[in-house]
Amino acid sequence: MNRFDYIRPATAAEAIAAAALPGSAYLAGGTNLLDLMKVGAARPERLIDISRLPGLDSIDWLADGTLRIGALVRNADLAYDARVQRSFPALAEALLSGASPQLRNAATVGGNLMQRTRCPYFYDMASACNRRAPGSGCDARLGETRLHAILGWSEHCIATHPSDLCVPLAALDAVVEVDGPNGLREVPLEALHRLPGDTPQTETVLRPGELITAVRVPTEGVALARHARYLKVRERTSFAFAVVSVAAGLELGGTNIRKARLALGGVAAKPWRALAAEAALEGGLASEEAFARAADLALAEARPSGENDFKIELARRLVVRALRDALTGTPADLPALPASPFAPPSGARHVA
Amino acid sequence: MSLETPSPLAPYPRHGSNSGQPLSRRDGELKVTGKATYAADNTPAGLLYAVTAVSSIARGRVTALDVAAAKAHPGVVEVLTPANRPPLAHDPNVKLGLFGFRIEVLQDDSVRYVNQPIALVVAETLEAAIEGAVLLAPRYEVEPARTGLGNGDRYAPAGVGVGAPPRTAFGDLDAGYAAADQIIQADFETPAQFHNAMEPHAVVAQWDGDHLTLDMPNQALVMSRDAYAVYFDVPPENVLIRSPFLGGGFGSKAILNGPQILAILAARHLKRPVKLALSRAQMYGPVGHRGRTWQRLRLGVDGAGHLTALHHHSIAATSSFEDFLEPAANASLHAYASPAILSETEGLRLDIGTPGPMRAPGEASGSAALEAAIDEAAEACGMDPLDFRLANYAETEPGSGRPYSSKSLRECYAQGAERFGWAGRPLQPRQMRDENGLLVGWGVGTALFPCPHFPAEARATLRADGTALVETAGVDMGQGAWTALAQIAAEALGLDPDLVEFRSGVSDLPDAGVAGGSGHTASAGLALHNAGEDAIARLAELAGADPASPLFGVGNVGVVARSGRLHRRDDEARSESYADILARTGHSTVVGRGRMARDEKAAQTWAMYSHGAVFAEVKVDPDLGVVRATRLVGAFAAGRIVNPKLVRSQYYGGMIWGLSFALHEAAIADRRTGRIMNADLADYQVPVNADVPSVEAILVEEEDRYVNPLGVKGVGEIGITGTVGAIANAIWHATGVRVRRFPIHIEDLLSDRA
Amino acid sequence: MSLSLSLNINGQPRTINIDDPRITLLDLLRERLALTGAKKGCDRGQCGACTVLVDGRRINSCLALAVSLDGAEITTIEGLADGAQLHPVQVAFIEYDGFQCGFCTPGQIMSAVGLLAEGHAGADPERVRELMSGNLCRCGAYRGITEAVLDAQRVLAATAREDAA
Repeated sequence: MNRFDYIRPATAAEAIAAAALPGSAYLAGGTNLLDLMKVGAARPERLIDISRLPGLDSIDWLADGTLRIGALVRNADLAYDARVQRSFPALAEALLSGASPQLRNAATVGGNLMQRTRCPYFYDMASACNRRAPGSGCDARLGETRLHAILGWSEHCIATHPSDLCVPLAALDAVVEVDGPNGLREVPLEALHRLPGDTPQTETVLRPGELITAVRVPTEGVALARHARYLKVRERTSFAFAVVSVAAGLELGGTNIRKARLALGGVAAKPWRALAAEAALEGGLASEEAFARAADLALAEARPSGENDFKIELARRLVVRALRDALTGTPADLPALPASPFAPPSGARHVA
Repeated sequence: MSLETPSPLAPYPRHGSNSGQPLSRRDGELKVTGKATYAADNTPAGLLYAVTAVSSIARGRVTALDVAAAKAHPGVVEVLTPANRPPLAHDPNVKLGLFGFRIEVLQDDSVRYVNQPIALVVAETLEAAIEGAVLLAPRYEVEPARTGLGNGDRYAPAGVGVGAPPRTAFGDLDAGYAAADQIIQADFETPAQFHNAMEPHAVVAQWDGDHLTLDMPNQALVMSRDAYAVYFDVPPENVLIRSPFLGGGFGSKAILNGPQILAILAARHLKRPVKLALSRAQMYGPVGHRGRTWQRLRLGVDGAGHLTALHHHSIAATSSFEDFLEPAANASLHAYASPAILSETEGLRLDIGTPGPMRAPGEASGSAALEAAIDEAAEACGMDPLDFRLANYAETEPGSGRPYSSKSLRECYAQGAERFGWAGRPLQPRQMRDENGLLVGWGVGTALFPCPHFPAEARATLRADGTALVETAGVDMGQGAWTALAQIAAEALGLDPDLVEFRSGVSDLPDAGVAGGSGHTASAGLALHNAGEDAIARLAELAGADPASPLFGVGNVGVVARSGRLHRRDDEARSESYADILARTGHSTVVGRGRMARDEKAAQTWAMYSHGAVFAEVKVDPDLGVVRATRLVGAFAAGRIVNPKLVRSQYYGGMIWGLSFALHEAAIADRRTGRIMNADLADYQVPVNADVPSVEAILVEEEDRYVNPLGVKGVGEIGITGTVGAIANAIWHATGVRVRRFPIHIEDLLSDRA
Repeated sequence: MSLSLSLNINGQPRTINIDDPRITLLDLLRERLALTGAKKGCDRGQCGACTVLVDGRRINSCLALAVSLDGAEITTIEGLADGAQLHPVQVAFIEYDGFQCGFCTPGQIMSAVGLLAEGHAGADPERVRELMSGNLCRCGAYRGITEAVLDAQRVLAATAREDAA
C-alpha cells in the first residue's frame, strides 16, 4: 500500500473541498477501498475519512413513506431495520445475502454503491485492464470468463458490478442524493453506473469530488412488499458473490399483475433493470408463461463475453424462479439462508 | 528392554485406561484465549519485516528491478536480489533428501512459475516492506508459458508421489477385458488445489552467532532442522525450530521452501531478527499444491457384476524443474478385487510451482475418479452401488493376495448404510424430490488409506513427585497431538494424563518424524509408548532389586503400571508407588527411551489400511443447477481409537475436504499467462459453515493385532477419499448427469429437463 | 506524519502514537501492541480470522485503518475471559471441539460473540451456520463451531435468567 495523507473533515463541505485535489478518495467503511489499496488497484494520495460526517448515518422515513438511507448507514443496520424488512423485504434479503456479517457491520450503503468490480483481471496488477488503466486493453476478454458479463459489455470491458443491494434498489426506482463542488443533485440509481462502452474507466456518472449523501427508495415500492424476492445463485451457500441474482417484485390485482419490478445482478457493469420485461408483465396474468416471456425479454440482448453462455440460461431461469417465488409471497421471516435457492419457498405469509 | 524390540502383539491393555477417552484438547484453553503462539505471533526486539517480491510471469527472466525506488521508501532497510544475495551452503537446484525439493532462493534471474520469489525486501515496518516490494516494479523477458495438456511436455517419470513406482501391474489385463461382458471407460479431470491452511507460511528467524532459532510452522521438525543446517552450514544442533502450533499444514509445511530460507538469510545478513509471513496470494506458488490430473479409468465387468480388469491411467502435472506427481492412479491398486489391475502415470511439465503432498495425495484425486467410475460400472450392471462394491469386496489385498491386518469395511458399509438410511434407495436417477421440489440424490464411496509409519523417538522421565515428563518433537497441526500423544504416553506410564507433562513441538527433543501420511499418532505414539514402557521397566528393576520393596524379586513375573503404582502381575495386592520406589532407591528420576519400532515381518506379511464408507445426500435445484450436500455420513474403521472426540473431528474435516474437492475448490490459471486468477480466499472457494449442514462420523470398532503394538491406524486423510465420489455419485443419482470434471459446477447441471 | 489515537482496548484506555496511516487495526494489534490473538489469514476480509469487536460489533480488523478508529472500544480475544473465568463461548468451543489447528479460532469466537449480541440467529442451527459463514475454517470444524455457538447461547440465556431472578 502506498503512503497517503489522512484527512478527517468535520463536515461534508470540508470533505468535498478536500476532495477537490486530484488523487483523493473518500474512505467510509473501507471494506472495498482498503482491499483495492492492498492489491494496488487503487493508490490514492489522500484519504478523506468521511466515516464520522454528521447526519449521514440515519434511516429516515419521509412523510409519504419514502425511505431515506444516509450514505453512512451500515449494511447490517439497514438490513435488520424492522420497517425496512416490512416495507422493502427484497432489499433486506439482498443485503443479507452479501458478503459476511463482519463486512456488513462495516460496509456502508454509499460504499456499496461505489464498490468496484470483482473482475480478477481488474485486481491483477499484471493484467491489462481498461477499467483500471485506461487504454491498456482487456485481458479478461479472452481469459477466464466464466463469471463475466452477459449484458451491456463491450470489447473494452466485460466486468460486472458485484453489488447485491443495488439490484433491488434499481428495481425500486431508488434515487441517489449527491453533494459536490457544484452543490446538491440527484441521480436515479439506475443511471448511477455506466456501461463500459469505450470508456470503462468512467464507472459512474459522479463527477470528481462528488459525494453520495443518501439513497431514497420511493414509497411506491412498498406496494410490492407482499410479493418481493431477491434470489442469488452462488458457488457456495454463503459468503460469495453472485453468479447471477434477480430482484423481483409484484403488485397483484386479483390474478393479474398490476405492477412488476425486475432487475438482475452479476450480469453487467451495472445493476440491470429489465424494463421491457416489467412492461410485458404489467396488466397481464401472473402465469408461468408470462414469467417465461418476461425472462426471455430480460435476456433478449444477452450474449456471452466468453465461456459464460451458461449464465444467460441461468439468468433466464432465475428470473422465472424469482417471479414465481414473488408470486407465492414474501416470506414472513427472512429465510435462514437469505436469497438462497435452498431457502424453502415461503407461502404467502408476509404481514406487511 | 531393548529399544528395538516391539511390544508383544497383544490386545492393548485397557485397565485404568487413559487412552480411548474423549478428552478435550489439552491445548484448548490456549487456543480459545488467543494465547496459543503461532510463528508470526512472535515479535522479538529489534525485529525487521521481510516481504518477497514475486514474479507475475510463469517463465522467462527478470530483466530489471527498481531497487533504488524500493530503498528510497522510508523504512526499507535492504533489498536482496540475485545480484547481492549472500551465498548459501547448499545448491538450491540440488535435491536435499526426501522432502528437500529444488527451490528458488534468488540463485539467478530466471523465472519458472508465477509467484516465484524474485527479491526480498526488508524494512523496519511491515507496511514499508510491502510497499517496497511493490516499488521494485519488475520487468521481464517473457517466454511462452506451458499451462495445460495442450502445451505442456509429457514425460515418463521415474516415480510418483513420494517414491512410488509409476507403473504397477497385477494379473493379465487383456485376459480380464476378454472375460468382461461390458467395459466401462470414463475420463476425469481434477484441478490444481492449494492447501490454503488458515495460517500462511511464516518464519521468525533469529541468529545468535552461528546459532539459529526459527519460529515456524513445521510438520517435520528434526528433518527440517537438519536441512536448514545444511543450507546455512552450521551444525544441526545449532538450529532450533519452535513449532508448538501449526495453523494447519495438510502437507504444505513439511517441505522447505524459498521464502523462508530467504528470510533466514536476511536475518544473518542484517544481524537482526526477521519476520516473514507470506500473503495469501503468495501461497499460490512456492509452497506446494495438489497437481492437476487427467485420469482415464477402464473397467471390465462380467455378468455377475464382478470386475475382471481395472486400468487406471493418469497424467499428472508437475513443474518444469522438479518431480512431484500426484499418484492418483495408484488409488486403484488396493481398493477392489480384480484379477487384473494396471496403474500407470505419465508426467506433464508445466510452468508452475512444484506440486507436493496435499492431504491424501493421490488417494483423494484417484479415489474421486475410481469411486465415480465404480458407480458407472454398477449402473451398467443394473446393480445398487453398495451391492456392487460388496460384490467386488477385496478379501485379501488385490495384487499381492496378502491378508489384511484388519479390515472392517463390511461393517463400515453396514453401519454407514444403516445410519444414512440407504435401504430403499431407488436404483434409477432423478427419482427423489424433497418437499420443496429439489432433486435429491444419494451416493456412496469407499474410503481407503494406507498405514505408513515413520521413524520416531521419544523419552519418558518418571519424576520423584510421582509425575512424568514425556518428550518428543511432535507436531500438532490440529489433529490433536498435544492430547492424543499424551494419552498414549500416560497409558504406557500408568498415570493419569493430568500427571504427565508433555513437551513437544521443538526440534531439540527426540525426533518424532514427519506429521504426515496419517502416521504421526502411530509413529510418535509408538515411540512414546515404548519410552513409557522402558521407564516402567527400569523402575521395576529398581524395585525388584530393593529388598525393602513389596516388589522385591519381581523379576520375570512382571509388573502392571496403574495409577502411579507398580503391581506384581501375579499378585496385584503387592504394589508400590513410583514416588516411593524412587525415593527409597535414591533416584530423582528414571528415564526411559523408545523408538517407533514396527515388526517388519508383520509389515510384510499383512496388508494394512484404514477403511471407510461415506454416504452422501445432495439436493440439486432442478432449474438452477446449484448443489448442496445436505447430509454426509462416514463410517470408518481405523484400528484402535486413542481419542474419539479428536478422531471424529479428523473425519469431519476430511469429509469436508471431500466436499470441497467435489463442489468447490480449484485454482483457475489464465491459459495464456499461467497466472492464477483466483489466488485468494474469495474466489478460490473452500466450504463455509453454511455448506456443511450435516456431517456425521461413525467410529467402527476394530481391533488390529498386527499394524503396530498400539493397534493404531491413521485417521487424518481417509475422510476425503470416498467423499468426493460419494458426492459426485449422489449428484448423478439426483440428476442423471455424470460430471467427470472436478469441481462440479452449476453449468454442468443446467440440464434441459426441469 | 505522527498520529495520536485514543483507543479503549479490552477495557484499558490507551493512547497510541503511530507514524503511518497505513497501519490496519489488525497490524496495530499484532505487531505493535503484542495482542496477537487476532490472526492474519488473508488480510483482505475473506477469511474472518482477524475478527474483533469494535464498539461491540464484529468486524474484520484487517480492513480497518487504525487511524480511522480513534476513540473506539476494541475487544479482542485476549479481553474476552473474565480473569481466569472463560467466556461461555470459549468454554463451549473446547467442549464441542469447535477447532482443530486453532488459527481461525480467535476470529470464530469473536464472531460468535458478535453473533450472539446481534441476536438474529435464535436457536436455529441453519441461521447460526449462515451467520458464522464469514469465518473460514480449513480444518473443517464447522459442526463443533455451530454446536458450540448454540450451547453458549443456552448458557448465556440461562445466566441472564438467573441474574434476572
